Amino acid sequence: MSGPVLSARGLRKSYGDRVVLDGIDLDIHQHDVVCLIGSSGSGKSTLLRCLDLLEQIDDGVIELDGREVSDPHVDPRAVRREIGMVFQAYNLFPHLSVLDNCTLAPVRVHGTDRDEAESRSRELLTRFGLGDKASAHPDQLSGGQQQRAALVRALCTGPRVLLLDEITAALDPELVGEVLEMVRAEARAGMTMVLATHEMAFAREVATRVCFLDRGRILEQGPPEQLLTNPGEERTRQFLRRVLPS
Amino acid sequence: MTVFVLVVLVWVVTSSAGWPRFHETFLSWPDAKKAFPDIARGFWTNVKMFLIAEPIILVIGILVAITRSTVSPWLTPLRGAAVLYTDLLRGVPTLLVVVLLALGVPALRLTGLTTSLFWLTLVALVLSYGAYVAEVVRSGIESIHPSQIASAQALALSRPQTMRHVVLPQALRRVAPPLLNDFVSLQKDTALVSAVGVSEALFAAQDYGNFNFNYTPLLVAGAFFVAITIPLARFTDWLGRRALRRQRG
Repeated sequence: MSGPVLSARGLRKSYGDRVVLDGIDLDIHQHDVVCLIGSSGSGKSTLLRCLDLLEQIDDGVIELDGREVSDPHVDPRAVRREIGMVFQAYNLFPHLSVLDNCTLAPVRVHGTDRDEAESRSRELLTRFGLGDKASAHPDQLSGGQQQRAALVRALCTGPRVLLLDEITAALDPELVGEVLEMVRAEARAGMTMVLATHEMAFAREVATRVCFLDRGRILEQGPPEQLLTNPGEERTRQFLRRVLPS
Repeated sequence: MTVFVLVVLVWVVTSSAGWPRFHETFLSWPDAKKAFPDIARGFWTNVKMFLIAEPIILVIGILVAITRSTVSPWLTPLRGAAVLYTDLLRGVPTLLVVVLLALGVPALRLTGLTTSLFWLTLVALVLSYGAYVAEVVRSGIESIHPSQIASAQALALSRPQTMRHVVLPQALRRVAPPLLNDFVSLQKDTALVSAVGVSEALFAAQDYGNFNFNYTPLLVAGAFFVAITIPLARFTDWLGRRALRRQRG
């Protein structure tokens, strides 16, 4: 067993006086599907953004393949090339067609030949039911289609880790399923993922590990069947009582 | 109602005491015809200035705007220069810039520098409008939501790539209407160079007026400008609608 693909040690981050991450330790091994749960403001999104080096951390270490990447001398782009990230609000580029959204990074960042990038993008779009939307612009798609397109865009560069930041939170309930189906397929295919989510049923189904975040700390983590049904901490139990209707 | 107001207005104007005199000096058909060729030739100068200046202004505006939105500490002096340029050139009347360059530069007697009034006044217009356009473009750049930049960064695009492929295309689309408004305004302001004697349409009209004591040619020159600016405005409306249709579908 090799070491973790991505790991965080003693991660700290605050905005002014407000501490958002308060000493996070997290290891993500290959084929892990780690679900981050916790109430709004618990630091889930910030943690994902820090892992992608989109936020500067105040203290701690982030390692990719055992190499410290939180060092200011490391070019964050070299890290982001290996990591795919999808946001809650899709963030597709509205001036580009779906296909151009997907090929932008492969062509401009990874130096892939345009024809090759296009055929790979079309293949992925088709696999996820967006084959006929390649030349459409994002505003012409439904929310679910936009989020699936954003997922395809993140997959087009062949990332080793996928970070998903509450990607169904902005969707109408009837559109959540199609997006989760796609994540499920990726999980089954062995994609390493870290996802912040409010979908507890989905977390239980796909996660190899669930982390409960509370006030910037990972209060508790473990396999989903244990953590979601029989948590050790009172705070976790309170949270689960609120989000699980039964 | 509109018709009624117009009729009343026309009646008030045409029954004024000075109307016969006004009619003679400003609405003389023979004078209009006589001055027409000179004004047309002059107007070609306006059109040339506009066509040459516009692309240069756009390039300068974009470059200055991009410079102002950089964050690298290395570029601080350049950012300062860009701020100084926009502040100064927007604060000074365009006419003043025109006169300063047209009179000042030849007075320096620098060898190798043009003394052609056409080019000097063109540079003045470019400098003045470049500052306006830079501010319009900058407002467009700043209007792009940070989430767009975050998602470009997440795809590992560099800052210049993010600017070139994500921010600028959206920013320019967004500011196209005010930008084109500035260009319509530039088309009119090419007449400012008449102040230093470049023989464009307004100069030709004034010249005729001063020589023949008839100012009808001023209206002829006005008609020339309107003949370009109105279609230009309609064209920009159409461009804007088409861009929206493409994106919204």
